[in-house]
Amino acid sequence: MFGNLEYTTLQQIWWLLCSVVGSLFLFLNFVQGGQTLLCQVAKNDLEKSLVVNSLGRKWELAFTTLVLFGGALFAAFPKFYATSFGGAYWVWMIILFTFIIQAVSYEYRKKPDNFLGTRTYEMFLFINGSLGLLLIGAAVATFFSGSNFTLNLYNQVTWNHPLLGLEAAFSLFNLSLGFFLVFNARVLGGMYLLNNIDFTELDVFQGRLRRAVWINFCCALPFLLYVLISLLLRKGYGIGDNGVIELVAYKYLGNLLAMPLVLGLLLTGLILVILSVWLTVYRTSFRGIWPGGLGTVLVGLSLFSLAGLNQTAFYPSLTDLQSSLTIYNASSSQYTLTVMTYVALMIPLVLAYIAYVWRQMDGKKLTAREVTEEESY
Amino acid sequence: MIDVDISLVNWSRAQFALTAMYHWVFVPLTLGLSFLCAFFESIYVRTGDEKWKSLTRFWMTLFGINFAIGVATGIILEFQFGTNWSNYSWMVGDIFGAPLAIEGIFAFFLEATFFAVMFFGWNRVSKGFHLFSTWMVAVGSNLSALWILVANGWMQDPVGMVFNPETVRFEMENFWAVLFSPTAVAKFTHTTSSAFVLASLFVLTISSWYLIKRKHQEMAKRSIVVASIFGLLASVYVGYTGDESAFTVSSSQPMKLAAIEGLYEGEESAGLVVAGMLNPAKNPGDDLDPFLFEMKIPGLLSILANREPGSFVPGIDDLVYGNEAQGVMGVDDKMKLGQTAVADLAAYKEARRDGDAGAAEAALVRFGENSEYLGYGYLRTPEEAVPPVAISFYAFHVMVALGSFFPILFLVYLFFLFRGKLEEQRWLLPVGLVSLLLGAIAQQSGWVVAEVGRQPWAIQGMMPVSVATTNVGVGNVQTTFFMFVGLFTLLFIAEVKIMLKQISIGPEGH
Repeated sequence: MFGNLEYTTLQQIWWLLCSVVGSLFLFLNFVQGGQTLLCQVAKNDLEKSLVVNSLGRKWELAFTTLVLFGGALFAAFPKFYATSFGGAYWVWMIILFTFIIQAVSYEYRKKPDNFLGTRTYEMFLFINGSLGLLLIGAAVATFFSGSNFTLNLYNQVTWNHPLLGLEAAFSLFNLSLGFFLVFNARVLGGMYLLNNIDFTELDVFQGRLRRAVWINFCCALPFLLYVLISLLLRKGYGIGDNGVIELVAYKYLGNLLAMPLVLGLLLTGLILVILSVWLTVYRTSFRGIWPGGLGTVLVGLSLFSLAGLNQTAFYPSLTDLQSSLTIYNASSSQYTLTVMTYVALMIPLVLAYIAYVWRQMDGKKLTAREVTEEESY
Repeated sequence: MIDVDISLVNWSRAQFALTAMYHWVFVPLTLGLSFLCAFFESIYVRTGDEKWKSLTRFWMTLFGINFAIGVATGIILEFQFGTNWSNYSWMVGDIFGAPLAIEGIFAFFLEATFFAVMFFGWNRVSKGFHLFSTWMVAVGSNLSALWILVANGWMQDPVGMVFNPETVRFEMENFWAVLFSPTAVAKFTHTTSSAFVLASLFVLTISSWYLIKRKHQEMAKRSIVVASIFGLLASVYVGYTGDESAFTVSSSQPMKLAAIEGLYEGEESAGLVVAGMLNPAKNPGDDLDPFLFEMKIPGLLSILANREPGSFVPGIDDLVYGNEAQGVMGVDDKMKLGQTAVADLAAYKEARRDGDAGAAEAALVRFGENSEYLGYGYLRTPEEAVPPVAISFYAFHVMVALGSFFPILFLVYLFFLFRGKLEEQRWLLPVGLVSLLLGAIAQQSGWVVAEVGRQPWAIQGMMPVSVATTNVGVGNVQTTFFMFVGLFTLLFIAEVKIMLKQISIGPEGH
């Protein structure tokens, strides 16, 4: 079935599949956003327990999606995996450390005799949700702003900046995307908690969450606008004749106009995010997470599409233009992509059982009684 | 190729070894305890006895504490392939990346999704669906082991691929050969069944402590019945799969087999060393006796390695310097061919860069003649192909000795338990108490055999670790190494303290 597909088609399919996984991770960042809201919106032990237990039922899903994102990039675009992870060493290492400390914090935070104390584990959660996401945003932004690497004849990477990837965090454009992700995750986190927790006799807590959604949306907006405007005005990295990489004026604006579907995704996504905040803040809705989450996925998909499709180098090199990575020169072989495409047929089944279990578990809202009297974090 | 500082290679190896060994403290417990929890809960659902439910929830709590830290360390391993072994990631990512991605799709989501139901779904879903979820966590965690072990098996015995000089990487050409390679199958079955043994020892240790303290005795004995039966069956299977592993090693990694047996000069009717002390002064090629003392079973190694009595098993010297009479090609000869292949590959790449089609074609033909020895071209001396013999030998014999002891321990526990006199055996319970530590030593020894025994290769015979490393600067790797040591130490102390507290609280707290 897939054996007859063109190599370039398979490469595009896998870029889209990786983009879907990456965009779903951006949606699931409500976990990280919620973690950073913990000390701001929860003012006592009960409220903290509700926040941690609500997020704690989903943290592993977000974590697993990140692992799958990494695995899918490794399998489909190994040259990117080798170049970026091997070159931008410190940015990825710090991101990793923030996820290590997240993974133990839910389980250990309230356990007796937990050695580091509850507040340390809460701080770990905050670091993961803030620094971790900020750096992920900065790393993703290099898809547009470029990185300092060269590849030799054997495709071995040499990173040409002493900060080994951390220099990404010193660019206004990269930082802006990072801060947008952090604040957008906080918006999603607030909306997820509103959807998941039973607020009977907890009106003040609920009010704090709605205010947090509004404030964080206002914080996210300037960063988003800066990213979008810069993106439309900046030069991009196009693939010319014979695969030669060249700088193209208004490349990403051109990509949007050349791919109306991507433009539609971006606009629909933005509208959905705005709609979700409006519903949450002005209509006191508890379901803002769904349009907000879908909107985030669509914005993510459009950004990844802008970066990699329409003859664009998705991982540009600032020091040697011809070392830049495209979905065509960085991918696995046709055979491997074909095998992986058969495997990907399982994805709908995976999504189906995740949705079923989510519905089973979240059919009833999380109550104060549940976190105080039953098995909980 | 970039010249890589050897101290960078060693620090990168140290960091990966540290992470992998730390990860493997927790993961085998996850693999086995998930099934034990499923057994316990199945009995509860079948009998409706609330004591089994309480027992299940107690072991699940310990499972959860352990699971979290296993997840935390697992993500580092995946991303370290990129951060510290980027040349490896590029050169074999076409083959190695696929199992990792499949692991994510098939296994991790199964684990992650049903984990929440297993822990927080007791009052949210039906009894049947909860049991189903517990089983799915067990299946998911073991399925994740399948894919990573397939990937590891491929590194030990690279099959189903071809080298592409154009992209300078190995590319997959037969997925099924990778998945069902005898080495991968043996690795998966041996590793997971040994994990079941370790988890059973974990239950035995904690239950023995309760019996010594005369606390929660009924719960302890119920746990011991299930764990000992599971552990006994698993340990018998470990023996069988261990034999299969040795058989595959003899053909795909003969140097590893020679090292773990301390066999320097190949023999027909080679004997199996049961115990011995290596001569520390012994080096490949010299005339010293390899052992200060040894106990051997005559002829058994030939049978285990080749399934043929009296057959020839090559030793380290045969493999390094060759043995023409037995048809064994030495590393020294392979290096010469490998160096030619390296030079021809470089000539091909340069001709392609310069647009000289004729020279490229000629270089490619020459390269094809010796391409199977490419990896040997990067070795500096023939002796570099010999793994650390002492570490491999002792780790192997410790693993085998402990692995032979565990089924006896499970049998003895079951014997006294069914006679109703287990709690009276004050000599036996302390043995059970330390059995977890012995199991952990056996586990770590097993991985030392597998990974140290295949040095210097990242991919057996194809890519030495010195070519696989990221050229990131030794100072950076040293810094992250010590960051990992610090963080792991903190988390390990936290895990142990939490675990001990939960054990002292006991099942009534659940």
